[in-house]
Amino acid sequence: MSDEAVLNTKPITPPAQSLYTPFNVIAGIILIVGFIITIRRFTGGLDAVTNLNDNYPWGIWIGFDLLAGVALAAGGFVTSAAVYIFGMKRYHSAVRPAILTGFLGYALVVIALHYDVGRPWRLPYPFIAQQGTTSILFEVAACVALYLTVLFIEFSPAAMEWLGLRRARNIVVKLTMLLTIFGVILSTLHQSSLGAMFLMAPSKLHPLWYSSYLPVYFFISSIIAGLSMVIFESSLSHRYFAHKMDEAHLNEKEGIAFGFAKAAALVLFGYFAIKVVGIAMDNNWHYLTTSYGTWFLVEMLGFVALPCFLYAVGAREKNLNLIKWTSALTVFGIVLNRLNICLIAYNYHLPADEKYVPHWMEIAISLFIVTLGVVAFRFIVTRMPILYAHPDYQDEH
Amino acid sequence: MSVSRRKFLGWLGAAGAGVISGGTAKAASNKHFKGYPDSMGVLHDTTLCVGCRSCEAACNKVNALPAPKQDFTDTTVLERKRRTDSSAFTVVNRFKQSESDKQPVFVKKQCNHCLEPACASVCFVGAFKKSPEGAVTYDESVCVGCRYCMIACPFEIPAYEYDKALTPRVVKCTMCHPRVLEGKLPGCVEECPTEALLFGERNKLIKAARKRIARFPERYVDHIYGENEMGGTSWLYLSARSYEQIGMREDLGVTPAPKFTEGILSAVPIVAGLWPVLLTGIYAVSKRKDKVAQEEQSQAVAEAVTQAESQAEVKLKKALVLAKKEKEMAVKKEARKALEKAAKAQKAAEKKAQEEATEK
Ligand code: SF4
Ligand code: SF4
Ligand code: SF4
Repeated sequence: MSDEAVLNTKPITPPAQSLYTPFNVIAGIILIVGFIITIRRFTGGLDAVTNLNDNYPWGIWIGFDLLAGVALAAGGFVTSAAVYIFGMKRYHSAVRPAILTGFLGYALVVIALHYDVGRPWRLPYPFIAQQGTTSILFEVAACVALYLTVLFIEFSPAAMEWLGLRRARNIVVKLTMLLTIFGVILSTLHQSSLGAMFLMAPSKLHPLWYSSYLPVYFFISSIIAGLSMVIFESSLSHRYFAHKMDEAHLNEKEGIAFGFAKAAALVLFGYFAIKVVGIAMDNNWHYLTTSYGTWFLVEMLGFVALPCFLYAVGAREKNLNLIKWTSALTVFGIVLNRLNICLIAYNYHLPADEKYVPHWMEIAISLFIVTLGVVAFRFIVTRMPILYAHPDYQDEH
Repeated sequence: MSVSRRKFLGWLGAAGAGVISGGTAKAASNKHFKGYPDSMGVLHDTTLCVGCRSCEAACNKVNALPAPKQDFTDTTVLERKRRTDSSAFTVVNRFKQSESDKQPVFVKKQCNHCLEPACASVCFVGAFKKSPEGAVTYDESVCVGCRYCMIACPFEIPAYEYDKALTPRVVKCTMCHPRVLEGKLPGCVEECPTEALLFGERNKLIKAARKRIARFPERYVDHIYGENEMGGTSWLYLSARSYEQIGMREDLGVTPAPKFTEGILSAVPIVAGLWPVLLTGIYAVSKRKDKVAQEEQSQAVAEAVTQAESQAEVKLKKALVLAKKEKEMAVKKEARKALEKAAKAQKAAEKKAQEEATEK
């Protein structure tokens, strides 16, 4: 333990600085606008703030906030599985940031759902009023609710170290392995089930995206999203919170980027392959010449094949910068894939003028929710031992 | 991590059991529901429909829906294709083959009351039920408003009250379930001035439809829409043109909607059961690998140490031997030196004695 890292720990009050930093101003504006739209949403109904209609009951609050949100929050289970189950101890310093990102991600998904469903106060109904067990959505709801709890418990030791609750913290840490396994099971189930939800709409989702493999596609792409988010988030953290990081984090950072980039390249390659198998199985080649086919190729080549190649090059040549940008490209690609399935290739049979385009207030609410997440992340990493090991619990790993 | 393997496996068992008894296993064992054999239905013979919209007006009345923007007698609404929405459970559309088509076809659209409804299958609070009488009914009191039912319905029927802040509902045709229970006809059927709508037992309606096709083969396409579409629907259709031409999808297939996700639901217990075992296995292997690596490492260290030790010993011995030799050599050297000295001294003495002798 170097002196420098000791100095960095436990700043109860963040260093004093002007309140009007660009970050604070922009975040503040988004939060205020979001707050106003929130009032409008819950007093005027969905019609007052969205472009949702009877043909498009799901908009970007489902396509982006739920589908992409859950995929991008997969870093938690991917990283903790790698470290605790597969024994890749060299990535240990990535676990806490990934769990935190995952926890915040899922919490935000649940918040977003409160905006989207018609009667949010009934969200517990599937468990307490009447169970629709034939529904994939029931499985998703159950898994997401359980996994949010798991992530909260996994995250809690950081908070307890901060608060000095040594006894409770030690009990929870003993559960690490159990929680990790439970998290992997729940994630496998609900990540794939989000894709399985669309199995119900073979007549509405374009054949290039519809496949009986949808659950597999969603699960595998969630691993890609998780790996990429860890790289992406760590490069941002390194940029803005480097002063918070201890030696272990700074030293392991590059190794994590290279290791995760290599893993992501491999999984992307596999993902590309099974996508091709899916097209071949349903013999959908002829659709590739249509305009939807062009769009599909853009997704497959630009956001699957290309990042696969770039990750491989980056890992081979130890090019940190390339890996960083590739992770952003990959994250964007996953978001695009979810939007394609939920919105763009959905209702492909409808004429163009009946297609859904999100209302600006829907976008504002999505931004609002992402901003909430960034603010919460910043609040937590500047206070709790996320990017450094707490000095009292240094030598436990 | 200080968890014994046995304790850990115990936890896993408990976790797995928790997942399975959580209700998901039940979903997987959902049995295939074939529909009620003598449920009621409606046969819509589009060749007899005159597009008067009396059915729309009747539906509006019996369900106390809000007054329409344009009166029901106004046929200009037929200019554009409509779908059901939150204030219209049913709509009539007109289909022309060309702009100058003198004999357009009118088609009434409403919930088809599927035998195995997609909407019911996807609802996570089970708000939709297929009743034994045939209607697919909706229970507003449990609906969360996720609108998955709208995504799933292949006929694009359910609509949502997006304008309501506190009590939005999913709305769709009820096949006048309350009226049917009272022994009355559905509102639309009662008001239809032609024979375009016929209410009755579904089985008998199919027979009647077959008879019509057999009697007028030149008038009808030989297909009863709804007999098998999506596993069959309570509403049935006859047409003179291909159904595609009158706005009905012919690519839906005959697989009932619940079948689409049956496989994935039955995979739930497999994942919940297999994953813990697999993951523990991997964990054990990686732990073991660590241990082996650790053992190997400490062994290597020990070996290195002993090797170093023995090497040192050899060196020492060699050094000792060397030292001994050197000592011996030194001794010898000294001895020789001493002897030489002695010899010299003796020689010198002899010389002296000789010199002395010659002097004397
Ligand atoms: S037509 Fe649609 S709404 Fe009606 S029962 Fe079938 S799936 Fe449900
Ligand atoms: S909107 Fe209501 S009825 Fe439709 S699936 Fe959701 S909970 Fe069920
Ligand atoms: S009332 Fe009968 S004839 Fe008139 S539009 Fe409705 S179904 Fe057609």
